[in-house]
Amino acid sequence: MTDVGAAALETRGLCKNYGALAVANDINFRLERGARHALIGPNGAGKTTFLDLVTGRFPPTAGRILLGGADVTALAQAQRVKRGLARTFQINTLFRGLSVLENVCMATSERLGRAGDLFRPAGSRRDVIDRAYAALERLGLADDAARLVRELPYGRQRLVEIAVALSLEPDVLLLDEPAAGVPSTESGIIIEVIESLPPEIAVLIIEHDMDLVFRLARRLTVLVQGRILVEGTPPEIAANAAVREVYLGERAST
Amino acid sequence: MEHNPPRPAMPVANALRELLWPALRVGSGPGPAPGTSSAVDALRRGHHLRPLEMLPWLVAAAAYFLFPDYLALGAQILLAVLFALSFDLILGYAGIVSLGHAAFFGVGAYAAGLLAANGWSEPLSGLVIAGIAAGLVGLLSGAVILRTRGLTLLMLTLMIAALLQETANKAGAITGGADGLQGMHVAPLLGLFRFDVFGRTAYVYCLAVLFLGWLAARRIVQSPFGRGLIGIRENEDRMRAIGSPVFRRRLVIYGISAALAGIAGGLMAQTTQFVALDALGFERSGVVLIMLILGGVGRLYGAFIGAPLYMILQDGFAQQDPVYWYFWIGLLLVLVVVFARGGVLGLGQRLARRLGWPS
Repeated sequence: MTDVGAAALETRGLCKNYGALAVANDINFRLERGARHALIGPNGAGKTTFLDLVTGRFPPTAGRILLGGADVTALAQAQRVKRGLARTFQINTLFRGLSVLENVCMATSERLGRAGDLFRPAGSRRDVIDRAYAALERLGLADDAARLVRELPYGRQRLVEIAVALSLEPDVLLLDEPAAGVPSTESGIIIEVIESLPPEIAVLIIEHDMDLVFRLARRLTVLVQGRILVEGTPPEIAANAAVREVYLGERAST
Repeated sequence: MEHNPPRPAMPVANALRELLWPALRVGSGPGPAPGTSSAVDALRRGHHLRPLEMLPWLVAAAAYFLFPDYLALGAQILLAVLFALSFDLILGYAGIVSLGHAAFFGVGAYAAGLLAANGWSEPLSGLVIAGIAAGLVGLLSGAVILRTRGLTLLMLTLMIAALLQETANKAGAITGGADGLQGMHVAPLLGLFRFDVFGRTAYVYCLAVLFLGWLAARRIVQSPFGRGLIGIRENEDRMRAIGSPVFRRRLVIYGISAALAGIAGGLMAQTTQFVALDALGFERSGVVLIMLILGGVGRLYGAFIGAPLYMILQDGFAQQDPVYWYFWIGLLLVLVVVFARGGVLGLGQRLARRLGWPS
């Protein structure tokens, strides 16, 4: 290891049990700064649960979560976001009745610490609106800025998910199946967006689409039944017999 | 009979203009800057005053002159609008469904009433104290119950109001219990305007307080905090994921809403000089919900339509049919819920859209 500093994100002995069922079992995971890392595994392996634990949606049964070397296990979800941790959701989790621009403004406003302001009109916050609009322009969403999210095609909504997360200016970005539900004709633009993310952001992608995973990730972790099965570079994972059996083999049979 | 007949309506109308023009820029303002989209422009202008927003105030001012015999009822309508407006802040914006909002109305009413019955006759300071008392009760109860959601929260709001009502009932030595709180003395407003039997002073007083309450509520819903409340209503998970302290935001608006409701209750105590246990009652909590559903939830102006509509209809139905008037109210509510989702305002919005007007 050449990197002697702390990882962007690290978990140590992370466990989550529902009764006797261990959905996360002693997960020791490191996401290096600027990484392009994918978390793969069969359905029900606990990938989204892992994200929920890391972001603080639920508390772990045991273990620690470190963000940039600092222990954030006891922090609430909102506080972890303030420390540079952002995520997207597997199923679009947006403000469907608001415009695309307002969706992003909501995040920008939190990022700039303006969201608690009770007295000044939101419309007078030019810095918030201009930054949000610039974020939309970068993702090619500017033409849809005025449209309500619920009126957008699903693929465009997936991009808004990413735009909202990016507007938090995170150090660590967790993408939960960014291309899920998007027809392959439209997934190209999502891949392009992920490829063009600023290199200093550490990105962890959960994804089922193997083409996308092998194209984007420089490192893979395979999760099976709440445990890390193996971790390595894409060629190592592709050649791994155990992975072929539990994961790729299962895919080939469907 | 009247030594100093108060005719403050014209000065009030002028004062409204004075207050409004600088406080809220009217009209289109500067056009879109080159290179920005219409969406940016729409957001920037979201808080500018639209001409239609003046309508309630013109109607209220005209009503003072057109219906001099109904000013006492008018004052009660105005304070009901303020109560419904306070409820819209939590129901319509933050998405907190409550069946106990009368708790705060009642606390304000008893606070203002007890002050006036115990020698503190100055009305404005009494009203401020009523608002503070209700706001504190809102913050304290909210700190406990806002940790829950949905049906649990609904039941807890109901319980808080029931607890307070039973407390007021048991503390008969102080509150008058089931007989109601009597013996209030309310001094002339600003030392000048006596509360007269025609309700002139009461009407103008309630109108002025409602106006200030509306200014505050409008400011709040258009602030970043207010937009965040809509975010919480639309998608709480997303708000947490962008780093919003959801619990704190909900608690703050709950306290503000409670304070406004308390001010409405204080107005009732001061203008009727009587507070009964029903100020805290379940019926009042239910009626304010009905008023908002009739007018339109989450639009700030639903209260301005729903509360007068309900109270005028109630007055009319009760005269026509003193026994079964509630049936007609109920029928109307069913019709609105089935055929006019979004209440009168929702109906108006759909109509305007069909006619191609800007909404």
